[in-house]
Amino acid sequence: MTRMLKGLMLATTVLVPSALAGVANAADTALTIESWRNDDLSIWQEKLIPAFEAKNPGIKVTFAPMAPTEYNSAVNAKLEAGTAGDLITCRPFDLSLAMFEKGQLAPLSDLDGIKNFSDTAKSAWTTDDGKTTFCVPMASVIHGFIYNRKIFSDLKLEVPKTEDAFFALLDKIKADGNYTPLAMGTKDQWEAATMGYYNIGPNDWKGEEGRKALIAGTQKLTDADWVEPYKTLAKWKPYLGDGFEAQTYPDSQNLFTLGRAAIYPAGSWEIAPFKAQADFEMGAFPPPVKKAGDTCYISDHNDIGIGLNAKGKNPEAAKKFLAWVASPEFATLYANALPGFFSLNSTAVKMEDPLAQEFVSWRQNCKPTIRPSAAIVGRGKPNLDLEMWRVSANVINGTQTPEQAAEETQKGLDSWYKPAK
Amino acid sequence: MSDIDTADPAIAPIKRPTRWHIAVFLAPAVLVYTAIMILPLIETLRLSLYNLVEGQTVFVGLSNFITLFSDPRLSASFWNALGNNLIFFVIHMAVQNPLGIALAAMLSIPKLRFATFYRTAIFVPTLLSFVIVGFIWKLILSPIWGIAPGMMDWVGLKWAFAPWLGKPDSALIAVSLISVWQYVGIPMMLIYAALLNIPEEVLEAAECDGITGWSQFWKIKLPLILPSIGIISILTFVGNFNAFDLIYTVQGALAGPDGSTDILGTLLYRTFFGFQNQMGDRSMGATIATVMFLIILAGVSLYLFVIQRRMRRYQF
Repeated sequence: MTRMLKGLMLATTVLVPSALAGVANAADTALTIESWRNDDLSIWQEKLIPAFEAKNPGIKVTFAPMAPTEYNSAVNAKLEAGTAGDLITCRPFDLSLAMFEKGQLAPLSDLDGIKNFSDTAKSAWTTDDGKTTFCVPMASVIHGFIYNRKIFSDLKLEVPKTEDAFFALLDKIKADGNYTPLAMGTKDQWEAATMGYYNIGPNDWKGEEGRKALIAGTQKLTDADWVEPYKTLAKWKPYLGDGFEAQTYPDSQNLFTLGRAAIYPAGSWEIAPFKAQADFEMGAFPPPVKKAGDTCYISDHNDIGIGLNAKGKNPEAAKKFLAWVASPEFATLYANALPGFFSLNSTAVKMEDPLAQEFVSWRQNCKPTIRPSAAIVGRGKPNLDLEMWRVSANVINGTQTPEQAAEETQKGLDSWYKPAK
Repeated sequence: MSDIDTADPAIAPIKRPTRWHIAVFLAPAVLVYTAIMILPLIETLRLSLYNLVEGQTVFVGLSNFITLFSDPRLSASFWNALGNNLIFFVIHMAVQNPLGIALAAMLSIPKLRFATFYRTAIFVPTLLSFVIVGFIWKLILSPIWGIAPGMMDWVGLKWAFAPWLGKPDSALIAVSLISVWQYVGIPMMLIYAALLNIPEEVLEAAECDGITGWSQFWKIKLPLILPSIGIISILTFVGNFNAFDLIYTVQGALAGPDGSTDILGTLLYRTFFGFQNQMGDRSMGATIATVMFLIILAGVSLYLFVIQRRMRRYQF
């Protein structure tokens, strides 16, 4: 019971900053953005918000981020209690859809500028019938591998195209002995799935084809295409650092940016923080394919959008802000301030960052897909995404075989999901 | 005297003025305690009997409890958490309390030098925030930046180092021992106080009878501090079955690897508040909280009605 009390206290401390922000600027219209991107706080405060405020005097915007894993439960509690900010950052697919269905997010289909986005971009924040959009798409992230160019040139290594070449490369780095081949740990569990399974998997389950078949029920997670990535992941184990079982996400980031690891299984969101930390050149390559000449698939995941609190206090000002977020001007600002968050705006955005350009260039040759656990199959209990985190970590740790992992996730899915026949 | 008073009905009992001050003095504590402890407790118990059905909160009787114990996944994670919690408790009882008693016994040796320093040094971790303790130990034990591998290397024990917090077999033990490290000061202080309370005469009498050293501890001191040990055990029990914070800071809310450090507190947190993509389920969370409450209540009752009554107390 005292634990719950503590939780409540925690909730109130989270609520206080936004309440204070509301009081401080009583004269202006105050908008608060709820977000999980605490890494981006300074960029919002220094670049994005001033640009908006300069054009819209009288509106004060506060960016109020919180811990990613706590975001959804916290923001839901705030929405239910009526204390949430006017603007709600939207997770893609099922989570935001649930918020919209509860009437917590307002429909935005007729917002100025929403036509700047293609249907694919909007798909993550549109109802199943495709009629109503409820968040303005902001950015997608692409998975791949970031490598240390200096280590690659010192050891005369080349970017691998196929899986065999990839493992040969890892062997070479390991034989050299000075660097950890792959910077990844399994302690926090989510990297194992997000940077592991979702990263290399699309090549095996053939991107959208497999993902849609899973939703339709014609494929199962126990099929060879879905087990194969676990088998590949299990082979990563000898190339991870000593004690990777207790290595956390920040540990991995630091290992790589300190130049102690050669390759970092990544999402493009790492580009900006890595640029700030690392003093060496970085390159990137997409997940290697099985055989040379195979079609490559990449995880190009609609990751972040922004919506309107249906019960917000300043809907007019908030809509102004959303219209600005939908504008090409914001797209350019955002994509360059946060290289690695790729704009979903239909207007082509010019990006300065070479590493970000590298990631985006894969879109030309490879077929994009989204994370398989995000849409439709991610709605139930147990949550498929969390299940995949856990089993992917188990597979890399060697405490579960790929087959057991696949079976467990499929069993969890079967317990609630009945594909439409 | 009293017989005479009551025997004579003609004499009216002296009418005492109503003692308002008792109510007034009790009020602040009662009000605060009711508002922040009793009401939430009752509300939690009530919530465990309700659930959302088509968006409406409806009374569902015991069906939440039936779900908790019959749903294969939920019951598996519940029993896993309860099992881990028991191990967590057993490690505390087997390591923390004997260690606390031993430290207290050593501190109460009259000839010990720097006793105050030791006492303070051992008690200080108890005063630290669990966040600090969690992060310090996570860093110490980190295979990458930690000092543990290096220090073990100095004494030639590098081979024995393992990423303990990341292995399913060792993570729970490691976390339990961190908790023991943090809280060993409490049994030590309580026992130390109990030992100081033993009158000199008793010990001198024992010495006259030739009971000294170890046998004095076992035969004289230990029986006299048994009531304190009982109190410590029950405090440990309640604390352990309510534990959450240290596991949360060291292993995260998922209490990994593979749920091997998941205890009732972390399970409750994930269920009630949700985690990442999994939404919170308040009714089920309240159900788990109620079960935790019942477990603790059962343990405390067992102690109060069975053990404490049989305990012998000595008057000096």
